[in-house]
Amino acid sequence: MIDFLQLLVYGVVLGSILTLGAIGVSLIFGILRFAHFAHGDIMTLGAFSALAVVSLGLPVLVALPIAMAITAVIAVVIDQTIYRRLRRTAPVILLISSFGMALGLRSLIQLIFGPNNQVFAKGIQMPYRWGDIVVKPDHLLIVGGAIVLVLVVHMFLSHTKMGKAMRAMSDNVDLAAACGIPAERVVMWTWILAGCLATAAGVFLGMDAQLHPVMGWNILLPVFAATILGGIGKPYGAIAGGMVIGIAMELSTMVMPPVYKPAVAFAIMVAMLIWRPQGIFKGQA
Amino acid sequence: MELSGLLFYGISLLTLAGIYGILSLGLNLQWGFTGQFNIGIAGFFAIGAYSTAILTAAPSNSFVGGFDLPTPVGLLVAVIMSGLLSVVIGWVTMRLRTDYLAIATIGIAEIIRLLLKNEDWLTNGVRGIPAIPKPLGLDSPLAFLIGIIVVLVVVYLLMEAARKSPWGRVLRAIRENENGVMAAGKNIQRFRLEAFVVGSTVMGLAGGLYAHYFGFISPEAFEPLFATFLVWVMLIAGGSGNNKGAILGAVLIWFVWSGSELATGYLPAEWQAQAGAVRVLLVAILLQVILLTRPQGLLPEDMGAGRTSDPTPKEGRPRKVPAGE
Repeated sequence: MIDFLQLLVYGVVLGSILTLGAIGVSLIFGILRFAHFAHGDIMTLGAFSALAVVSLGLPVLVALPIAMAITAVIAVVIDQTIYRRLRRTAPVILLISSFGMALGLRSLIQLIFGPNNQVFAKGIQMPYRWGDIVVKPDHLLIVGGAIVLVLVVHMFLSHTKMGKAMRAMSDNVDLAAACGIPAERVVMWTWILAGCLATAAGVFLGMDAQLHPVMGWNILLPVFAATILGGIGKPYGAIAGGMVIGIAMELSTMVMPPVYKPAVAFAIMVAMLIWRPQGIFKGQA
Repeated sequence: MELSGLLFYGISLLTLAGIYGILSLGLNLQWGFTGQFNIGIAGFFAIGAYSTAILTAAPSNSFVGGFDLPTPVGLLVAVIMSGLLSVVIGWVTMRLRTDYLAIATIGIAEIIRLLLKNEDWLTNGVRGIPAIPKPLGLDSPLAFLIGIIVVLVVVYLLMEAARKSPWGRVLRAIRENENGVMAAGKNIQRFRLEAFVVGSTVMGLAGGLYAHYFGFISPEAFEPLFATFLVWVMLIAGGSGNNKGAILGAVLIWFVWSGSELATGYLPAEWQAQAGAVRVLLVAILLQVILLTRPQGLLPEDMGAGRTSDPTPKEGRPRKVPAGE
């Protein structure tokens, strides 16, 4: 039972990280109609941008918004220089391009920061203990940060004009265009939002464990699983998807070797594709 | 036969280019003709390589193989296993958008890689499988190269026949206009599944040949990059939808990739450890440049090919009038 509760804690932490990634993937899919394969590496980019700021002597929480700004700008630049030109052809070309972008970003990060594991802060954190359950302060920070960011995204999508335009475009591109919604600006804001969320996901992932150039690529599959589970193109579904996948991955270590955690995410995703491909919240199949 | 170093290098370069050419032809059937986005090439490649390796390697105490079976049996099983895997993936994803196929294939490739690394009893884990024999007595490098070229030509001829056949025309029609083909009464999912399975078996065959060529395989060779990404760049560069382009792209990009290995040898010592990352970055940039400037590739698809009769009569060509009219 203690094991179960402890793993549940880890699962919620992982689920929070996956949720932040999956909301971005879901938004991009809704607006641009392609699965963004470089999203994991955008997370890595965010984490290492934060590391660069941290190395100047600033704390991680101050580095996070700066890294968000850096990553969002890079995401918009990638979109404007490459994806925008390819958007006129089939969305599937964007899929190939983003796959290449994933490997390009990863190599670039490895060239700049080196191929080794790195950490934001050295030393061991004193964990809180509730009975036999151990919770690190970073865990609370990650879950709390994710809740705050999800609320911000919710406010943005439901109360701002740009957020409403985004949802309109995600629901029906032609109708949105007919209503005079400025498509290019919506696309730009999608990248800014997805880039900021991916940065948070990457930084939290780095806080939870370590930073490594392949960290984002390794978590891409669970992020996609969370996106599909929640209903692709449905940002709110991504929260449910992220939590289910995160908790399932951690709980699976009770019966399977931990190396197969991504396989658990994949198995849930395949089951979902067979049973209900539009996801829990009926996205775009 | 005594080979000089340069000649030996040239033969190994061409042999690997040939194996990549076979992979590229397999992907061309899936992506070039049918518009299916398979980024789990490494998975099918690995299944093929490991199937034949386990069956044909010399017996070992450290894992369940090898069974010392004849190499043609190993290659046949390589084809069958990759085919079975693709039937399962295809069955789940064929009714969905190609994005799902992309996610499912990369997922299965990752899981296969995890299995190869961790299931020591079956694959000997990270230590890999040694002593895989050369097939059919093709012991010398030159003989093996000739063998690869023969396989490549046979696969090419089969793919060309498929492209020109009614079956191939349906695949390309599905790519261009799914609803139109459905309206014509074709079972789209069946055609898609067939194309996916045939393409994947070709990749499995390439994996088997790769295992026999090196005589040793380990999970490192099946990172998503080496098989999957390079093959995609090859096909896009050569011209997707064009079988000749698929082979041309494979040869050219393999030369670029191998050449970049020689070039990074001249980098300063502190950069040496990062040479791999430099090369991947260069190929990733190359892909974006091709997509932006020449998305149709060096040899674009021949959109008119495969018609049995030309409906618009060319000028100056006498129209055949059926007798009795």
